[in-house]
Amino acid sequence: MISMQSTPGIDASNFVSSFNLAFYFMVGIALLFMLGLTVLMLYFVYKYNRKKNSKAVQIEGSVRLEILWTVIPALLTLLMFYFGWSGWKPMTKAPDDAMVVTSTARMWNFSFEYENGKSSPELVVPVNTPVKINLVALDVIHSLFIPAFRIKSDMVPGRETMMWFLPQREGQYDLYCAEYCGLQHSYMTSVVKVVSQEEYLKWYTDTTAVTTATEGSAPGAEGLAILKNRGCNACHTSDGSKLVGPSYLDLRFGEKLIVLRDGKETEVTVDETYIINSIYDPNSEIVKGYPKGLMQSYKGVVPEDEITKIIEYLKSLNEEQ
Amino acid sequence: MSVTAGMTEPSYLEFKGKYKGIFSWIFSTDHKRIALLYLFSILSLFAIGATLGLLMKFELIAPGKTIMDAKAYNAFFTLHGIIMIFAVVIPGLPAVFGNFMLPILIGAKDVAFPRLNLFSWYLYVAGVLLVVIAQFTGDQAPDTGWTFYAPYSFRTAGNMLPAVFGAFVLGFSSILTGLNFLVTIHRMRAPGMTWLKMPLFPWTLYATAWIQLLATPIVGITLLMIVAERLFNIGFFDPTLGGDPVLYQHLFWTYSHPAVYIMILPAMGAISEIIPTFARKIIFGYKFMVASSLLIAFVGYFVWGHHMFTANMSGQALYVFSLLTFLVAIPSAIKVFNWISTMYKASIDLQTPFFWAMAFILVFMIGGFSGLILGSLAADVHLHDTHFVVAHFHFIVFGGTGFSFFAAMHHWYPKITGKMYDTAWANTGLTVLFIGFITLYLPMFYMGVKGMPRRYFDYDEVFHASNIISSMGSWVLYAGLLITVINLFISLKRGKQAPANPWGGSTLEWTIPSPPPVENFEETPIITKGPYSYN
Repeated sequence: MISMQSTPGIDASNFVSSFNLAFYFMVGIALLFMLGLTVLMLYFVYKYNRKKNSKAVQIEGSVRLEILWTVIPALLTLLMFYFGWSGWKPMTKAPDDAMVVTSTARMWNFSFEYENGKSSPELVVPVNTPVKINLVALDVIHSLFIPAFRIKSDMVPGRETMMWFLPQREGQYDLYCAEYCGLQHSYMTSVVKVVSQEEYLKWYTDTTAVTTATEGSAPGAEGLAILKNRGCNACHTSDGSKLVGPSYLDLRFGEKLIVLRDGKETEVTVDETYIINSIYDPNSEIVKGYPKGLMQSYKGVVPEDEITKIIEYLKSLNEEQ
Repeated sequence: MSVTAGMTEPSYLEFKGKYKGIFSWIFSTDHKRIALLYLFSILSLFAIGATLGLLMKFELIAPGKTIMDAKAYNAFFTLHGIIMIFAVVIPGLPAVFGNFMLPILIGAKDVAFPRLNLFSWYLYVAGVLLVVIAQFTGDQAPDTGWTFYAPYSFRTAGNMLPAVFGAFVLGFSSILTGLNFLVTIHRMRAPGMTWLKMPLFPWTLYATAWIQLLATPIVGITLLMIVAERLFNIGFFDPTLGGDPVLYQHLFWTYSHPAVYIMILPAMGAISEIIPTFARKIIFGYKFMVASSLLIAFVGYFVWGHHMFTANMSGQALYVFSLLTFLVAIPSAIKVFNWISTMYKASIDLQTPFFWAMAFILVFMIGGFSGLILGSLAADVHLHDTHFVVAHFHFIVFGGTGFSFFAAMHHWYPKITGKMYDTAWANTGLTVLFIGFITLYLPMFYMGVKGMPRRYFDYDEVFHASNIISSMGSWVLYAGLLITVINLFISLKRGKQAPANPWGGSTLEWTIPSPPPVENFEETPIITKGPYSYN
């Protein structure tokens, strides 16, 4: 789904029209030239076929024509350049009154942090308010791409970059990672929800909204919501199937687990300390059979009280069996 | 004039030298035999690359897993890209038709350094083996894409070094071939062949050779920097060491973009030979064709940044790169105008190579115009890293270089093999291939505009319909490839003897027997006229 339009006729973002101008101008010129040249070529091939025209007229060339077909394409390409440049220029500077969101990308999810400390796996923004997104990549290069808004920017580890846009139409739009980042690249997606000012304020001030989401009141429901919210499920499953990382189901509290510590096989007991260590210092102990270095530390990202809830959920998985 | 009619010298295919059997090939310093060594290496690798592509398209026929998982898919597009770019398309026309035809087209007996020429092929084979083996020897399946972007490539594959080393060895093969061609063109033209009496295919090889010589060493520098980073922890590219991943992209594209012109210039050159031959007419605007080749080679050095419009480099750099990208399109446009003008008041013999040249012009225009669209900043911000880009460069490297390769194959086949091929099957192959090509790649433009990123194993339902069409196109394309290649193989046995000049061409290769004798010319030709004199 690209969009669920509520008010058709309005561009989804302020950059749609400048893209359309640059793009369709070039497509138009391209079609005109391609059609013209193709027809001309086919006509020559038909008209000057050897069966009809047994002797060619030797024409060495024409400087006048060469100048003509150098100058006209040059002027047209300069025009194309200009539309491209003028459409791009406003992207480089966000308005001073833009609201600021920080997007953090890691393999393989985006998270969006708001000025009041609220963190969300989805980008929720109020309509008609300029939004500036500071782009942070923790591990490899990612690229934040919102097709409906016609914008994209790479997220480069070690560099502080930004993108901005003005959402003009309420609705829900796809958000993709556009720079290849490994195994789950095509699953590194999210959505942008453009909502009314009132709805946004309600969402923004409600800091409990995420954890008490739709998971109901089953034991560990909050923990599961946190796992989803933090993007853990991009690499770990609850049903025992193997992704890049081991499944939550493999964690049996009180039992032994074989891990690699400094490259040597060691037995550890699965307990609270182990879980905390796996989240805050994931590369110190790698579960046997899984690659090292893929997971980044979540220290300072997932607070300890969230981990307590995650552990509740993990224990509930043990009990279900 | 047939091969056996009282020739004093045997053809290069019959010649008995010091070595027998396979050794008479892999130890041969004859430019024609070396050309065929390249041809068979490249065709074998092309078969692998095309099959990987076919399987990838089958995977994409529906969202979710179809025949392979994400891991396998990522490995497939990586290997497909590496093989096709480094081992097939870059060496393609220069190594095969350049080696075979360059000395003959300028009236020489061989290239300037025949042994260096053979050594270049050894390096090519070594480089290909290194790159391919590197992909299978690390801890993980190959999954970086052919661009090896830092820092992902450092994190995932411990075997980045051998892969780039392989690219470096391949690069050296390319540098030495370029050097060889430069010296050959400067020093070995037949008496009377002034620069402006030289045919256009050698001219494009000349422009290409300068790119090979000057751009390829950057791969070597990049390799040294990776070595310094990996072994001595000097942070060039890895942000955890204080390096900058974007620097890697700059270095990568400073070579890899001029490499695109290594791919396309000789392709344009081959088309410039074919059109006058079948139009039986002098090429329109010869001097402008020469100048445009040199301009493309020169400006082509300075446009690499257009691969990085969304990578956050400085604003000034961005629009300079964008402007130059638009400018580099103009000499290409001049070529298209001149090719079509050559057909005006011509006497066109509609043979297979001419059909291929027409197909080339069509797909090259689509590839070129879509390239302009990507050169525009505002458009590229949306289209970068989507299927639009995939469609664009397949139109250029497959539609441009690939079609020209097949055009050249059908043009010079009688000369190289001494046999004629079956024209009906050749035309059928082209028709099927062309339909498949368009069906496969055209929908990708649409997917890209709609926002489907490239290198996506799985995709949203909105992209499903266009993916089905595209995947079906790949079957038709593959069938066309099979018909075309099998026809050429069967014709080796069944084809009629080729006369010396089956197409009525006016360049030097048509003045000697098919296949040519070992030393090409019994007597060194003396050149008094331009290359396309049909009076």
